[in-house]
Amino acid sequence: MAPRVGVLALQGDVVEHVRVLRSLGADASAVKTRAELDAVRGLIVPGGESTTVIRLLDRFGLSEPLRTRVECGMPFWGTCMGMIVAAHDVAGLEQKTLDLLDVTVRRNAFGRQIASAEVPLAIPVLGTDPFPGVFIRAPWVERSGPGVEVLATLAGHPVFVRQGNVMGTSFHPELTNDVRLHAYFLGMLLPYGEGEASGAGDATGPVGAPGVASGAGGMAGDIGSPDSRDSGVIPRSSGSRPRS
Amino acid sequence: MAKGQQNGAQTGTITAKRGLAQMLKGGVIMDVVTPEQAAVAEKAGAVAVMALERIPADIRTAGGVARMSDLSLVQRIMDTVTVPVMAKARIGHFAEAQCLQALGVDYIDESEVLTPADDKYHIDKEPFTVPFVCGARDLGEALRRIAEGAAMIRSKGEAGSGNIVEAVRHMRAIRDAIAELAGAPSEELIARARELGAPLELVRAVARERALPVVLFCAGGVSTPADAALMMQLGAEGIFVGSGIFKAAAVYSNGAPEYDQNGFPKVDPEIALRYARAIVDATTHFEDPQAVVEASKSLGGARPMYGIDLRALDEKQLLSVRGN
Repeated sequence: MAPRVGVLALQGDVVEHVRVLRSLGADASAVKTRAELDAVRGLIVPGGESTTVIRLLDRFGLSEPLRTRVECGMPFWGTCMGMIVAAHDVAGLEQKTLDLLDVTVRRNAFGRQIASAEVPLAIPVLGTDPFPGVFIRAPWVERSGPGVEVLATLAGHPVFVRQGNVMGTSFHPELTNDVRLHAYFLGMLLPYGEGEASGAGDATGPVGAPGVASGAGGMAGDIGSPDSRDSGVIPRSSGSRPRS
Repeated sequence: MAKGQQNGAQTGTITAKRGLAQMLKGGVIMDVVTPEQAAVAEKAGAVAVMALERIPADIRTAGGVARMSDLSLVQRIMDTVTVPVMAKARIGHFAEAQCLQALGVDYIDESEVLTPADDKYHIDKEPFTVPFVCGARDLGEALRRIAEGAAMIRSKGEAGSGNIVEAVRHMRAIRDAIAELAGAPSEELIARARELGAPLELVRAVARERALPVVLFCAGGVSTPADAALMMQLGAEGIFVGSGIFKAAAVYSNGAPEYDQNGFPKVDPEIALRYARAIVDATTHFEDPQAVVEASKSLGGARPMYGIDLRALDEKQLLSVRGN
């Protein structure tokens, strides 16, 4: 069964992620509405502008449903803007975030666009080959809470972090031909998807296929169940997480 | 400031330059002339702002020579917002572009809205670290700009007109030419490249990928939420709004525009915010007419800018014919 994974499509480099996910056999679709969000088992928030997307999440009533899904264990990956959206807070700015990941990020930390760069990165969890890091007006992680694993750094700052079912990268694997991080993320979905193997017969269907939202009701029941939580997904250590 | 390599980090690469445009997709880039307008644009959800000395509608009215913005003003706009700041340079004016790069703007628009500095050549954009966006009326023009190093293309439309017809014409021209190339047998591509006035390698790439190798936005004439939805459905990957927002929010007394103490046209920030948000919302949900209705209703009676019937203009008054 191909895992059904969504890419938040309010704004940003959506099709780039969808293309990589499909090349790995995932049933990838764009997520713009509540019904589309309810129909996916994992979500990528792509690169884009965080001030724009945070406003649109609120405007179209997606902030709270998204937060609830992630707190119930749905795998989440934010690339660049997505990591800012997921952060606890943003250094030096009064910017609202969803607070899914116990980190403080600094926006445009490496500088403005003229500092945007391609950098080979060491990411031990992906093996010994360096990963092609594409950093575009990229943030870094300035503070990370005790439950946060740092999986890669650049210039002494974390640029790839994970806290249970939530991961964030400062860079853009979707702009490269290296699919290892997308495969890593899909690996986080597999245990989460167990227990709802039936009902998703259109796993190879196109984006926005009429059948996509139909399984949402049944799935919602599974999301918070002990089975899906205990089936291998590492729970986030939320106890030490400050709440804004 | 030049492209460089430091500790294995390579700046100014094609991926880094085209990549920023990819991050702007699905969004609205708004022309602003003051830091206050930039703040309104950011609050409304603009993915970037474009700094220029006058919005195109005012350039059109004022006549004369339109140049790169006052750099201290661009700096203040950069200090005001966290979204990317773009700024316009005149066609062929590579020294203006060098200044904007040295200042640290995030994108340069080599723009026909300003008075061209060179009537033959565009800027050689490839050596710059900062990426460029350029206007195009058809596929040949788009590919020539990409060959010069443009990392993003916008259909030209007719800036400052409040009339969407040219934007539609240019977007359809680009889209139809791409479809035609994609269907052409490979032996025809050399002749097609000659007809398009574009490098063969780019023509082959477009035929293969059925798309430009860079992001394609729409510009020139977008002045309502429905205009934005129209252009997105015609294949634009995002929207530039030049005069459409702040002209709709302009303050008039007795039919004449009012100016502030710095000589900038006065705008009502509340109307501008509402208007800007409506265009962002319609761009996001362009395929959902109900969402465009909601966006339009949220204007609360604010009226779009005055539009010009382009048939009433002569060739000299058209901005889109500048540069080829």
